[in-house]
Amino acid sequence: MRRSSKKSSSSSAAAATAGPTRGVSKEIERIDQLFCTYADSSSSVIDPEGIEMLCSHLEVPHTDVRILMLAWKMGCEKQGYFTLDEWRTGLKALRADSISKLKKAFPELVQEVTRPSNFQDFYPYAFRYCLTEDKKKCIEIPVACELLNLVLGLQFHPQVDKLINYLKYQNEYKVINMDQWMGFLRFCNEINFPSLDNYDSDLAWPLILDNFVEWLREK
Amino acid sequence: MLKDRKLVLLDDGRRNLLAGVAQLKRILDGEEGSFSAEQYIHLYTAIYDMCTQASPHLYSQQLYELYKEVFDDHNRSTVLPSLMEKHGEFLLREFVQSWEKHKLMAKWLNRFFNYMDRFYVPQKRLDPLEEVGRKSFVELVFDKLKSRVTSMVIGVIDDEREGQLIDRALLKNVLQVYVEVGGTSIDFYNVDFEQPFLKGTADYYSKKAQTWNFDKTCPEYMIKAEECIQKEKERAASYLHSTTEPKLFEDALFELIIRHEEEIMNNENYGCRVLLCEEKTDDLARMFRLFSVVKDGVLPISRIFQEHVNKEGMSLLKHATDAASREKDEKEIVGLLEQGFVKNAIELHDKYIACITNCFQDKTVFHKAFEVFCNKDIAGCSSAELFAAYCDTIIRKGGSEKLSDEAVEEALDKVVKLLSYINDKDLFGEFYRKKLGKRLLFERNRNDEHEKMVLSKLKRFFGAVFTSKMEGMINDIALSKEHQSDFEEYISNNSELKSPVYLNVTVMTSGHWPNFKNYDINLPSDMVKYVEIFKVYYHSYKKQRKLTWIYSLGSCIVIGRFDAKPVELFLNTYQSALLLLFNEADRLSYSEIVTQLKLSDDDAVRVLHSLSCAKYKILNKEPSNISISPNDVFEFNSGFTPRSRRIKVPVPPAEEKKRVVEAVHKDRKCAIDASIVRIMKSRKVMSHQHLVSECLEQLNRTFKPDITAIKRSIESLIQKEYLRRDSETANTYRYVA
Repeated sequence: MRRSSKKSSSSSAAAATAGPTRGVSKEIERIDQLFCTYADSSSSVIDPEGIEMLCSHLEVPHTDVRILMLAWKMGCEKQGYFTLDEWRTGLKALRADSISKLKKAFPELVQEVTRPSNFQDFYPYAFRYCLTEDKKKCIEIPVACELLNLVLGLQFHPQVDKLINYLKYQNEYKVINMDQWMGFLRFCNEINFPSLDNYDSDLAWPLILDNFVEWLREK
Repeated sequence: MLKDRKLVLLDDGRRNLLAGVAQLKRILDGEEGSFSAEQYIHLYTAIYDMCTQASPHLYSQQLYELYKEVFDDHNRSTVLPSLMEKHGEFLLREFVQSWEKHKLMAKWLNRFFNYMDRFYVPQKRLDPLEEVGRKSFVELVFDKLKSRVTSMVIGVIDDEREGQLIDRALLKNVLQVYVEVGGTSIDFYNVDFEQPFLKGTADYYSKKAQTWNFDKTCPEYMIKAEECIQKEKERAASYLHSTTEPKLFEDALFELIIRHEEEIMNNENYGCRVLLCEEKTDDLARMFRLFSVVKDGVLPISRIFQEHVNKEGMSLLKHATDAASREKDEKEIVGLLEQGFVKNAIELHDKYIACITNCFQDKTVFHKAFEVFCNKDIAGCSSAELFAAYCDTIIRKGGSEKLSDEAVEEALDKVVKLLSYINDKDLFGEFYRKKLGKRLLFERNRNDEHEKMVLSKLKRFFGAVFTSKMEGMINDIALSKEHQSDFEEYISNNSELKSPVYLNVTVMTSGHWPNFKNYDINLPSDMVKYVEIFKVYYHSYKKQRKLTWIYSLGSCIVIGRFDAKPVELFLNTYQSALLLLFNEADRLSYSEIVTQLKLSDDDAVRVLHSLSCAKYKILNKEPSNISISPNDVFEFNSGFTPRSRRIKVPVPPAEEKKRVVEAVHKDRKCAIDASIVRIMKSRKVMSHQHLVSECLEQLNRTFKPDITAIKRSIESLIQKEYLRRDSETANTYRYVA
């Protein structure tokens, strides 16, 4: 008697766990399948071509910031390539296993990233993502300008606009490093614009911003 | 005895006591002698009994009231009336007397009432008897008279101020009363005398100041003012309470001087500026003395002084710049400037240092006056460079005995003193080092004593690090001399090494010496042979060192056998190598020369120009214009007939100034980096402002770092991960171990 009851309980328990597992594994399957549609068969990663295709299906330009946000969500390490693990991580977190679901997840993703706590993480990620070689620690001015526009352009349009102009105009710095990059965000968050009245160059702002403020004030 | 004590009744006791008091008064008035022992004991015992008898005959309270009554009565009926009818000095005297008498009376009565004072009074927590008496005096005498007495005293003091002789002892006594009448506090003195007195003083002097201003000129005014203030001080010491002195001094000073500060300082005819121009030392010293009492009082003086000195300094500068602008040759410019400007700057400094010592008690704030004009650039030369040139000139003159040892030392002393105002001390050090190098290598009349003397002065002022390289240079020369004699011995001991070329080598430790511009050249074989011999010799005792030959510093004596007569030519190595080519061929084209010597065009042009187009034409040039072109052909000028048998053929020097400045700037960047790392390593965490100010302080001895340069340094160190920005606190850095 006992045996049979035990059996039934265990089997029901198995049945109880089997349901979600099956559902979950189905999701993973679909995610993997989706991956394979874009991945390059030989390298088994999604390469830039694949990403372009993905973007066209998502009806999002591949230079759009949302792709960058997607990369962040996936924890991508190499710009222009999605590995299977990264793909899985990202899509699972977004609970998307199809193109349509992924498209629908974008607005929420944008909201999530622009939350200050997440943005503090996303912003330096964007910089690191653009470092093209292993040992490199800086990105060129034109790339930095693009990135600034992409990442901060919506939230801080006037500052970004002026800053990009300045970066293109000055020729003292040819590259931007992480410290300066973070400085830009602090600047946008803390300094009143366009009055600049609470900017104090005696504080620890990077020199490039001191020069920027001086240039603005002279105009 | 005690058992038989007779009971003292109150009325009897009172009567006895009052009789005793009357007797006391008569004694104090001098009408009677003193109490006899019996009378004394009688009174004492009476009181004792009345205080110790059993109730209801215990009369302590009544006795206490009696005591007070005695004084009140005395004061009301005797003391006060007597005072009220007196005037003037008599009042003051009586006033003093009355208090003296009171004290005596209190003393005697306290003796009689002693038992009560010791037991009843503390028991009932009442005022001690002395207090009782004092309070009575205060209420009934002092308070009624104090305003009259005070104004009288002030009147007498004013009389003394006007020059009258007064009885100072009397005043002292009067004021002593004020003090003593307050018991433990001097409130009476403060409120009833001091306050009105100080106010009166202020009024007095403010009126005086008005009248004087119209009568007297500034210096005279100050003399008068100082006199008065001295007198007030003396007055205070003589008969006022010690606490009054500083307040009196301040008030008088304020009324006379501080209130009129603007007028005194900036008076057109006698103000500070004018005094400086006219070098009125006494008046300046007086002005300083008077104003230095007040906090920051001398700041206006120091400002005027700074402006004045600065103006003179800047006019010196302009003078020198104008003189230099007429001169085209750079070397001449420096020469003009260092004699014109530096010498005059030193004189200016001497003059005004004397002023600071004599008039301004050597206060540091005045020294700042020299900072501005000592740091300005003149006609493209930094002051650092000019000072180095000036030192160079002095030392050379000392070497050629145009100046005595003492004169050299004195002149150099003065320059070093001025150096402390220069911000770019490291720039001076570099220029000095370069000139030192030239002196050590090329000067024939060298005085090592002078060199060492300057270095020891510089070391004392700027630290050993500043002078370590220069000391190294001097050591190198001394060592080289020793080795040279060893080398010559080595050669003479080896017959196969003998050759008509005599080689003198100076070995310099590269770390000590400034960088010299050097360019390689193909030396003639004779010279090469010797270079090799020396190399072998050198490596025989210093195996690990690498020798780099700096031909640009070398000099040669070449004997030119011209038709007229042989001439000794003093040339540099390149000129010699070039000329020796003509031992093999009479004519050489430009390209041949360049190829054989492996020279660059710039260098070849310079050397050829010095030999063919300058003062001495040792070579003939075709075509014979004065510019060197690649198509020229050169020929040995056998017809060359100079006037003397020895001639020196100079080569114009290459541009050096810029390089020195660049080298210094590079060093500075490293110094800033090192300083920041040092500071952060020891502090671990630091705010931006603190880091910058620490860095400035550390480096101040050598140069004044630019804030931007420091920021740049910090950023590069962040990049290199020596520091990072603190994630929690803004504007703070953390050291990354």
